[in-house]
Amino acid sequence: MHAFLDGIGYNGWILPVLLLFPLLGALVLVADARRFSTGTAVEAMGRSRSIALWVCLAEALLSLGLWWSVDVSSAAWQAAVTLPWIPQWGVRFAVGLDGIALMLVLLTTCLMPLAVLGSWTSIRERTHSFYALLLVLTTGMLGVFMALDLVLFYVMWEVMLIPMYLIIGIWGGQRRLYASVKFFLYTMVGSLLMLVAIIWIGMVVRRVTGAPDFSYDTALQLARLGPIPGAFWAFLAFALAFAVKVPMWPFHTWLPDAHVEAPTAGSVILAAIMLKMGTFGFVRFAVPLFPEIAMAPAVRSVFLALAVIGIVYGALVALVQPDFKKLVAYSSVSHLGFVMLGIFAMTVEAMQGALMVTISHGISTGALFLLIGMIYERRHTRLLADYGGLASVMPLFAVALTIVALSSIGVPGTNGFVGEFLVLIGSFPTQPWYAVVAATSVIIAAAYLLWAVQRILYNPLTNPENQALRGRDLNWRELGLLAPLLLAIVWLGVYPKPVLQKTEAAASRLVQQVESARMSQQRAQTGGGAR
Amino acid sequence: MLAESLALSAVLFTIGVVGVLTRRNAIILFMCVELMLNAVNLSFVALSTLYGATGQVFVIFVMTVAAAEAAVGLAIIIAIFRHRQTVHLDDINLLKG
Amino acid sequence: MHTDLSASGHPLSDTVAALAWLILLLPLLGFVANGLLSLTAAAHPGPADPSADHGHGDASHGHAHTIGHAADHDDAHHAGRHPAAKWVSLIGPGVLAVAFGFALVTFLAMRGAGEAIHAPYVLTLFDWIPTGALQIPVALQLDQLSMVMVLIITGIGTLIHLFSVGYMQDDPGYPRYFAYLNLFVFFMLLLVLGASYPLMFIGWEGVGLCSYLLIGFWFSEEANANAGKKAFIVNRIGDFGFLVAMFLLFANLGSLSYTGVAAGAAGLEMGGALVTTICLFLFLGATGKSAQIPLYVWLPDAMAGPTPVSALIHAATMVTAGVYMIARSATLFSLAPAAQLTVAVVGALTAVFAATIGLKQWDIKKVLAYSTVSQLGYMFVGVGVGAYTAGVFHLMTHAFFKALLFLGSGSVIYAMHQAYHATHAHADAQDMRNMGGLRRYMPITSSLMWIATLAIAGIPPFSGFFSKDEILAAVFARTHHSTLAEATWLGIPGSVVLYGVYALGLAAALMTAVYMTRMMLYTFHGPNRTGPAEQGHLREAPWIMTGPLVVLGVLSAVGGFLNLPALFGGGMSEILHHWLEPVVGEGTLRVTLGEAAHLSHATEYALIGTAVAIAVIGIAVAWTRLKPAALVPVSESPAEQGLARTLLNKWYVDEAYDRVVVQPTLGVSRTVLWKGLDTGIIDGLFVNGAGFLARGLGWLGSQLQTGRVGTYAWVLVLGAVAVLAGFSFR
Repeated sequence: MHAFLDGIGYNGWILPVLLLFPLLGALVLVADARRFSTGTAVEAMGRSRSIALWVCLAEALLSLGLWWSVDVSSAAWQAAVTLPWIPQWGVRFAVGLDGIALMLVLLTTCLMPLAVLGSWTSIRERTHSFYALLLVLTTGMLGVFMALDLVLFYVMWEVMLIPMYLIIGIWGGQRRLYASVKFFLYTMVGSLLMLVAIIWIGMVVRRVTGAPDFSYDTALQLARLGPIPGAFWAFLAFALAFAVKVPMWPFHTWLPDAHVEAPTAGSVILAAIMLKMGTFGFVRFAVPLFPEIAMAPAVRSVFLALAVIGIVYGALVALVQPDFKKLVAYSSVSHLGFVMLGIFAMTVEAMQGALMVTISHGISTGALFLLIGMIYERRHTRLLADYGGLASVMPLFAVALTIVALSSIGVPGTNGFVGEFLVLIGSFPTQPWYAVVAATSVIIAAAYLLWAVQRILYNPLTNPENQALRGRDLNWRELGLLAPLLLAIVWLGVYPKPVLQKTEAAASRLVQQVESARMSQQRAQTGGGAR
Repeated sequence: MLAESLALSAVLFTIGVVGVLTRRNAIILFMCVELMLNAVNLSFVALSTLYGATGQVFVIFVMTVAAAEAAVGLAIIIAIFRHRQTVHLDDINLLKG
Repeated sequence: MHTDLSASGHPLSDTVAALAWLILLLPLLGFVANGLLSLTAAAHPGPADPSADHGHGDASHGHAHTIGHAADHDDAHHAGRHPAAKWVSLIGPGVLAVAFGFALVTFLAMRGAGEAIHAPYVLTLFDWIPTGALQIPVALQLDQLSMVMVLIITGIGTLIHLFSVGYMQDDPGYPRYFAYLNLFVFFMLLLVLGASYPLMFIGWEGVGLCSYLLIGFWFSEEANANAGKKAFIVNRIGDFGFLVAMFLLFANLGSLSYTGVAAGAAGLEMGGALVTTICLFLFLGATGKSAQIPLYVWLPDAMAGPTPVSALIHAATMVTAGVYMIARSATLFSLAPAAQLTVAVVGALTAVFAATIGLKQWDIKKVLAYSTVSQLGYMFVGVGVGAYTAGVFHLMTHAFFKALLFLGSGSVIYAMHQAYHATHAHADAQDMRNMGGLRRYMPITSSLMWIATLAIAGIPPFSGFFSKDEILAAVFARTHHSTLAEATWLGIPGSVVLYGVYALGLAAALMTAVYMTRMMLYTFHGPNRTGPAEQGHLREAPWIMTGPLVVLGVLSAVGGFLNLPALFGGGMSEILHHWLEPVVGEGTLRVTLGEAAHLSHATEYALIGTAVAIAVIGIAVAWTRLKPAALVPVSESPAEQGLARTLLNKWYVDEAYDRVVVQPTLGVSRTVLWKGLDTGIIDGLFVNGAGFLARGLGWLGSQLQTGRVGTYAWVLVLGAVAVLAGFSFR
């Protein structure tokens, strides 16, 4: 495999191709929409969705080579490509991967075909535009994970915002306008501040080196020299942008609305990938660029506290949601709290756990939203009270929902456990109280999900509309799209080693770097105090 | 001579301003605007004795623009009148926020 | 951390024990096979477009999967046999029988290796979570303790699987049932065979999951689904304790494997705060799984599951996991006398408390459920006072007689249900007030259950007598010359606490004798209360069900001989004690200050005499005072009053928990957190508030836009004047 990939120069072109390919697909869809404007809506749906599916499958297939071609142990950026973009400002088109970004890129490319399949029959209007936007979104998300230039990162960050805004706003539910505007503004507030911080970093770089340069590596080298002037505010700007995206408590209220109103594919992508951009931002930018600030006791404890509040609060609020999608949205707040706890605990185990939660939350919550979409298509309701007894009429659906719920609860043997366990056991040595409080969510998580599962699958089958679901169990398309997710849930729960190995080097490098910055800061402070 | 010309210009301008501020008929308003333009023209011409011919060139410009403006403006007013049967400004508030 | 005891070079490494993973694999394969069989019959993938309209007429085409659950809460069903039932009957018990055979062979290999085995045999299979300083391999630990547990689990498990073939064969969910049951055995085996706490935790949560699925097996009834959910959530409270204990172990000892912890424990301070905290958190985990105060509330509700499940999971195996865990952590617990006393006190209190409730239950399974809680309390008293062998011994005998009692009650319920089914009556097949005199119709079940009753009541020479006596004797012995006697517990001297525990133990023994005799009397003696039509249909269950009962009857009768006290044993004495010595001996010795505990023969006879006397008194009192003839069927029974009513309602503990914990949590989450903080303050005040603020400012600004050109001209002129003024007066 390695030899083959080297032979075709895979690493030299793959990342730009991965970014361009979905855009091309989107263009094809747009062109096809013009050509096809005379056909019926059903015909248009058939064409557009299969084009999108093939593009996403090809994209996933293309990206799989990265699993082998990326040398995760290397400290250098893998598959890196740098092209000039705006030389006067020192802005480049620079992309590259490390172990962490690799996993997120693969998560994205592998989930997109499933997102398309999940929209297969539920999106019936303006299908060409829908799938084109989905493909543009893919480029934006991949770009965020790959970008090695601050400006490119910012551009990609905004690129993915617009398609998602449109997807929610056009194909969403009843209150879609409210939800999409809220989503857009919330994210925008954070990201504009981030832009200011990025420009500020560029200015500082120019002052130090004499040449404008927005590349990530330069910023990182600058950070090694100690905090830049205004580092606190710059960190805060980055952190706010990412905290909104994660979303950390109390910046989370856009999420339930966006999830509830978004179409299935939107919810899946939102939960599985977009939220991860926030945590990825912390891991890649906010923390390593400002290690002294992020690890300053006051700042750190604020973030730890917010993370733990998010964990418990999200779980408690999920407990009382009547709407299944909202319940899952709040459970996301809780799960993402674990990621933040892991990041700010700053031990290798906790960081690895955070990355593991990142991936497994993508899989489990993605699957949950797909499952919700499946019964929503049949029953047109998301209210738990409208269901009951489905296990006896839709046994396959029941099996799938049970497994996914167990994974989300974090039952050992599923992927959910590995990440949460690593986060907790990794953060306990340095942050025992936060870890213990966070661990209480294992109880609440069981309560809210099992209660929801009971209200959907169990209890008497009294509602005639539910009785009518007999014989309308999951079809082959739905089984096929759930199967890889269910497999991943069990595989990552039983044998997470391959994934852990992919991210281990990057995680421990980050921890080392942050810790050494913190140590030198402490030395400087104690030295200063002695004088 | 210069002082008198500037004084006349100021008086004309003020009359124009007051007219614009106080009258509500679009045509009269329009005439007041023309009055203000011509007041400015007067001061341009008067001051050209001191600063050379540039002011006089500007007057030509202003008159051209004023002619164009008058044409467009009157056309608009006529359009409004056709639409609303009035040129009273208090009734025309499409710009209201 | 896992290489400290490599597999090679161990006396077992070249024996069949190296294939111990097969014991685990077999039930897992059974689960997969049965699960697939269950799904293939259920699977009719739906139409390509799920939102397409469907006529209701074709909605029910050819669907074999009808959960037909009668409205009464008994649990034998006849809604049509599953098409794959034959295969399932072969696979389900088959894999267990083979696993048991394999366990026996491994056991013999261990016996063969003889005295040579002092270190556990650790079999590393593959890496599970390797990252940073945390290295958790999937490794199995075969030693004397896990061997005993494996034998119990696979042995009793096989019998209960066989019983289930008869009991469940007409249930439409038959393959699903066996899939769950096999999965349970897999997780239970993983629990006892895992070589580290995280692996035990996988099994720990896995058995909880299977318990959840099996309690809610007949999920179409809300009560059953509720019971399953309650079991899982309450267990999770315990699991939280288990997790924290693991965090503490990893943070302080740097290892989570048993061997690593044992090595690290040497550096811990005797009676120190750290080890006490670890042990208390572990014990919190145990109270959840093993249904001790305050987390016992799920077990009685768990009786909503099929009766063989109650026998296997909620009596013989899963609920004893907490006892196993403490025995496994003997090294740690023996370093923490305060934690040990806590375990003993909680165990004793649970034993008495549950026994009081058992006195007044009418549902035959509920009696047995509270009896199980009470007996588990006994086991905790045993392991709490450092008599790990005694605790495990009681675990084993209890597995025999309680499995027998549950399966026997299953037999009774089956017979009752068949009778009611034949007459199309809808009475409660589990309420003892509807039974009576069944000994005439079910002589085998009746006599076998009497054996178990005598065993649990502690009548010699039945098995329960020996194990219970050993626990009580150990408690008595610890009151002098032990770390426990010297320690204090909440300011009370340890010896005083232990005397109290002993007294509670005797009280529980008395009540056990009473409620068990009551149960037997009301079920099997006196006149029959089913009604004339049903009486003709009451008969003994088929052999596939009574067969396992007979085996369990033999084990209940003679199981005590596996660990006879030295007092009468001679050469045959203390077999189990010697067997477990390499695992728990060190812990016990530390508790008894380095010397084997010794009571004088006179004391020992006195203790035995007391225990037997109390059991006899209990049985006699119940036999003479209770009048089964005075009972009437449920439908005619008056409501209970006074203390009886309180006991029947289980001291209203469930209601109290609901009021104090559940409702406040839900209420606060709903009104304060969600409606108040989330949608009210954060979303309403801040988010939408920001929106309103922006809109308000915009509105203010828009008010300047009158749309009147005159106003604009005024503003323009005023502005020009202001600018001019500004320039002139600068």
